[in-house]
Amino acid sequence: MSGDRVYNVLIVGVGGQGIILASDVLGKVAARHGYDVKKNEIHGMAQRGGSVSSHVRFGKTVSSPIIKMGEADVLMSFEQIETLRYFPYLSRNGKVIVNDHKILPPAVFTGQQEYPPDVLSKIKEKVPDAVVLNAADVAAKVGNPRVVNVIFLGVLSTFLDIPSSVYEEVLKESLKPKLLEVNLKAFHEGRAIVAA
Amino acid sequence: MGEYLHPARPELTKGEAAVKELMSGNEAIARGADEYGVRLASAYPGTPSTEILENIGAKYPRIKAGWAPNEKVALEVAAGACYGGARSMAIMKHVGLNVAADPFMTLSYTGVNGGLVIVVCDDPEMHSSQNEQDTRNYAKFGKVPCVEPSDSQEAKDLLGEALQISEQFDTPVILRSSTRISHSMSLVETKERVEGPRELGLKKDPLKNVMLPAMARRRHPVVEQRLKDLAAFAETFRYNQIMMGDEALGIIAAGVAYQYAREAMPHASFLKLGMVWPLPEKLIRDFASRVKRLVVIEDLDPFIEEAVKLMGIPVEGKELTGLCGELSPEKVEIALTGKSSSVSIGGIDIELPMRPPNMCPGCPHRATFTALKKTKVYVAGDIGCYTLGALPPISTLDTCLCMGSGIGIAAGLDRVLGDLAKGKAVAVIGDSTFFHSGMTPLLDLAYNGGSTTVIILDNRTTAMTGAQQHPGTGYTLREEPTITADIEKLAESFGFKRIHTVNPYHVKELEQVIREELEADEPSVIISRAPCALLKTGRILPDTPLRIDRDVCKGCKACINTGCPALEFVKIEKPAEGEKRKGYSTINEALCVGCRTCFEVCKFEAIKEAQ
Repeated sequence: MSGDRVYNVLIVGVGGQGIILASDVLGKVAARHGYDVKKNEIHGMAQRGGSVSSHVRFGKTVSSPIIKMGEADVLMSFEQIETLRYFPYLSRNGKVIVNDHKILPPAVFTGQQEYPPDVLSKIKEKVPDAVVLNAADVAAKVGNPRVVNVIFLGVLSTFLDIPSSVYEEVLKESLKPKLLEVNLKAFHEGRAIVAA
Repeated sequence: MGEYLHPARPELTKGEAAVKELMSGNEAIARGADEYGVRLASAYPGTPSTEILENIGAKYPRIKAGWAPNEKVALEVAAGACYGGARSMAIMKHVGLNVAADPFMTLSYTGVNGGLVIVVCDDPEMHSSQNEQDTRNYAKFGKVPCVEPSDSQEAKDLLGEALQISEQFDTPVILRSSTRISHSMSLVETKERVEGPRELGLKKDPLKNVMLPAMARRRHPVVEQRLKDLAAFAETFRYNQIMMGDEALGIIAAGVAYQYAREAMPHASFLKLGMVWPLPEKLIRDFASRVKRLVVIEDLDPFIEEAVKLMGIPVEGKELTGLCGELSPEKVEIALTGKSSSVSIGGIDIELPMRPPNMCPGCPHRATFTALKKTKVYVAGDIGCYTLGALPPISTLDTCLCMGSGIGIAAGLDRVLGDLAKGKAVAVIGDSTFFHSGMTPLLDLAYNGGSTTVIILDNRTTAMTGAQQHPGTGYTLREEPTITADIEKLAESFGFKRIHTVNPYHVKELEQVIREELEADEPSVIISRAPCALLKTGRILPDTPLRIDRDVCKGCKACINTGCPALEFVKIEKPAEGEKRKGYSTINEALCVGCRTCFEVCKFEAIKEAQ
């Protein structure tokens, strides 16, 4: 990540998973590190358990607030099939971080349609180095189910050229003091997944 | 003719970016209201505009701010404030300006005193709206200027410019935002507050402010001259700028469409417009003469394109980009070059189940619709979370036209169809929508009679836009206690004799009341009242999950068909001997809040309190 290059991160999942919060932190981190930043997501109807996507772009100068189809450097997905919904946004050499987690859409929980099988292996076929994690398990280990999004930020941080101290600074400013320690722990657990 | 070879704003360097603040367009507009001396802001919530007044309420106590019952009132309150010399703002989504169109059109004639800006947020692609109307047409229709920002910094800066233009030209000004500006974040430089220039006070000026025909006739020529003066001003307005690049392609664009075009065609020449009405004809002619191919890139209507064509300048536009939906960087590139230069990894070929928005676990609307569905009536709906009642598996809402429309539509059906509709149609409307524009059709119903049944879904908040206060909640924008408008007493004072209030979670009781009122020969009001399941105050939900005895469950799906996300139908893949069921229902205890709607519809007592 150097020169005039703009870096594109697409974060996707289901309303209520903390996607907007994760992209807020990432946007602030990139700005703090000195990049121009734009980010965009759709609020409103999408909040009610609908599909949610947040585009984060940073570099020397950023024009469009949304990522051009085929230019996402990282696709980070909090839910299995949501990864597929946004897959064409990923560039040919893009990275994938995906949660081994299913949230059933209405057509599935009402028994009208099957949840598609083998999603993770199909992603691996296309992107062999895709990082698959079970964020709920990691969150249980950390001791708080609500830190899933910060675990993801930890994983993501290993792909970006921004020191972890910047994330820590922004987390410190964004969180209530009593939640800071568990979130910092979650962030570093996320980083450790890729290091391991 | 000025030469605008540089962007108004220098490119950010690493060092500069670090001192700026990341803000959404809506946050930046709120910040701008504070910096540019706005004294009053009024709004009705509506995606994507809602966060502007929320941010003003939360962060800028110097501004008098409150939720209005609807956009018409919001604009009238702002008009009063500006007549009194104060800088003021009315804020709304695109369709809100339809509601406020009456004061808007004549405010153009009276003009202002203190600056008045109407912030209107369009929603190309209808992410959260019922139509894709283009607010720029209202600027032309009302003969008022319209500015349009392309990022958060400009959203703040152009609010300041708009207030100044308003005062200089004695006109209301539209600041047009869109979903991708309001909800995108970018870096913003902040400043200290500067007060508006006008002295506050009551100033009598009937020739200007009393729009009797005789006075209005004198104002109309003023409006026409003003538009000419504004067009001349637009020629040198510093946010209208030519940025020459490759002369082979010249793009005229404004707002987020400019950013998409910049992204897709970084080497092209640009005429970037910060003011989209009236348009700077000389500047456009100058730009057109310097490029080989001229194209307008704009979301929604061919507004700039048609104006340029009227100038007799050959230009391309909508034949390339299309009229429906929103633009994007790849759409713009494909429109201009025939293909995208980006190399996607491609799709993965699996049929994906849709993931539409859904009512939350414990939603009182689900309980009301569960009762309504059993009566198999035609439901004239309205706008709010309950519009989702049209989607499967509930599928129990038959119209959604505009705010407050359901009651009138039900009345019209009742009056014209007589026995064909008698006992077979109802109107549903939420509490906030009722106060917005449901009171007048309810009055019509009392006045003109008939037998229409109106169900007011009172969940004590404006839920769809994220839980804003309204006149029925007892609190203001800033959470200060205030009056609580009483729907029952209101209906009574209109002359309704049949008024019932029911807790929707008592599904069977509600169904019974609905059936009785459908039978009745006069109009009636049923208030189905329970707080939104996401509200922390006034909570009546037990927040203890239910569970299902899978051995008792017959797999009939009565509970599943309420559409609750806390329920799941588990298929029996290898049935044991004698197993007649295809599957059984389970409850996700992490999601269930114990509303008991599923309990009420289960005929087999399979659903129980959790142990």
